[in-house]
Amino acid sequence: MNTTEWFGIAAALLIGLGLFGVITHPMLLRKILAFNLVGTGVFLLFGVIARRGAAAGIDGDPVPHAFVITGIVVAFSASALAVTMALKLKSDTGESTFPDDPPADAPDPAAPPRP
Amino acid sequence: MMHTLHSLLETASRPHGGGDLLVLAILLPIVALLLIVLTGGRFGRAITLASLVPGLFITGAIAHRVWTTRTALVERVGGWEPPLGLMLRADGLSVLMLVTTALLVAAVALYAPRDFRVPAGAPETRTSLVFWVMLLAIWASLNSIFLGHDLFNLYVALELIAFAAIPLVYLEGKKGTVMAGLRYLLFALMGSMLYLLGTALLYSHYGTMDLTRLAAAVNRDWVVALSVALMTVGLMAKTALFPMHLWLPPAHSGATPAASALLSALVVKGSFFLILRIWFDLAPAFTGTPGAQAVGVLGAGAVLICGVLAVRQTRLKLLIAYSTAAQIGYLFLIFPLAKGAGFERALSGGVFHILSHGFAKASMFMTAGMIVAACGHDRLAELRGVMKTMPVATIAFVLAALSLVGVPPTGGFIAKGQLLSSAVLSAQWPWVVVILAGGLLTGAYMFRALSSCISPAPLSFQPLAPVSRIREWLVLALAVIALWIGMFPGVTTRTLEIGRPAPLEARP
Repeated sequence: MNTTEWFGIAAALLIGLGLFGVITHPMLLRKILAFNLVGTGVFLLFGVIARRGAAAGIDGDPVPHAFVITGIVVAFSASALAVTMALKLKSDTGESTFPDDPPADAPDPAAPPRP
Repeated sequence: MMHTLHSLLETASRPHGGGDLLVLAILLPIVALLLIVLTGGRFGRAITLASLVPGLFITGAIAHRVWTTRTALVERVGGWEPPLGLMLRADGLSVLMLVTTALLVAAVALYAPRDFRVPAGAPETRTSLVFWVMLLAIWASLNSIFLGHDLFNLYVALELIAFAAIPLVYLEGKKGTVMAGLRYLLFALMGSMLYLLGTALLYSHYGTMDLTRLAAAVNRDWVVALSVALMTVGLMAKTALFPMHLWLPPAHSGATPAASALLSALVVKGSFFLILRIWFDLAPAFTGTPGAQAVGVLGAGAVLICGVLAVRQTRLKLLIAYSTAAQIGYLFLIFPLAKGAGFERALSGGVFHILSHGFAKASMFMTAGMIVAACGHDRLAELRGVMKTMPVATIAFVLAALSLVGVPPTGGFIAKGQLLSSAVLSAQWPWVVVILAGGLLTGAYMFRALSSCISPAPLSFQPLAPVSRIREWLVLALAVIALWIGMFPGVTTRTLEIGRPAPLEARP
């Protein structure tokens, strides 16, 4: 087994761990971190693809690098948005976890806005 | 402004080319939203309404060009050829979606000002700035989904839609909406990561992200099957297909009415459009396979289970939101149905459903917004007689409900008829039962919504605020479009044919 393959396996493990975390942890911050783990795994996979060379067989294919750079920017801003919303939720309601049961009832439009 | 219009007219009248129209369709809303960011929310309404004129004109010009030449309009951005360059391509399917989006964005922009007005002299509000910016951002990102022809480019557009749609969910900061928005965000993020993983696998095998090149290259092997599965599951989470629909009802029903209309009618269709592209353009060999049957089972689950949940709701906006989750199910029935002789019928049935559900649902959420404005709440049991104060909107609500149920001659009837006939043509009888049972459930919850709004008013009923006549005619116009789609189905089917890949008899 060569180094590239080991990195490929590492990417798969990261994606698996992250998926597990997103699904099982009720804590918001952990979910956001787990999402980043999945993202890291996918980006690492792009790195592996670049190193191995895609269909064209170029060693060190630059196109996946461009994908990763764009992907990191998108995932970073997504995490920033998610953390901001989690902070707002905490300051509004004091909650930092998802409720166990699915939302049976949505917010009542008649309810007054929170100060 | 005049200069821009003039150069637009010139572009549109040129016999060849016209591909820059596709760039303009994406660029114009972005320019308008940057102008709003620069000048502040006070001018949001004026700038948005002003951008509708060239926006509708560009959409019309693209539609006219594609319709008259009967070929897809193609633009290689910056003159770069794929696989390195990005291609934009408008085929008949894109044109239908572009026109629907432009009309619905225009309707929302005309409906919303009452809720997001900044009176002269009053301090500017954050909500009006965010609303107008995000409305235009949704328009731009949907247009780039409909025109994109590169899987990675489409990934970026997908993320943009989520970032533009989610702030609209908790715009007013009502209780519980931040939680609904966060739930939506997490589903959307995981969805796009799975989609990205699928594209990574495809790239590693074929070395391109361009849809045409991939479609020509893909085999029916396990790598393609795995990537199609990953991308489809990711996009299902974003489209809120059962059992990943949990985020949709609180998010769509908690948002402000104009935003609910946009989220339910358009935003979920953006990610579904990508599933269509993947299954029908990229890898048509997979429709009708056991994998597609599994997708159809989830669709049937949505139609039946979310339909029952919709019947059991006690609040109007939640009922409409669950109805969206149920109607989305029909869209996923087309993948098992698109088999052999039923292939084209399934596709056109799905497209008819996207269009007519879009207009009917937008009309319905906007009417619900007017009802909440008149009563101050949307509890079904206490809505008696509210419709007496808005006769035109009542007609609109009934028309939209008929279209959702699928009563002739509405667009919903054509959609369900096409799905049924494709089930018969491909001899898949269980799906016939699902489609018919779904129609009965839709009838049940729509009757429930209508009967409580239309029943006679208590003598004491007085609306909290005068009913806006502009809004009434607006919701009627949307419902009439849903009807028109069904009365002149030829326009849609003739447009849909343009630029489709070669007939599928050639498929193995």
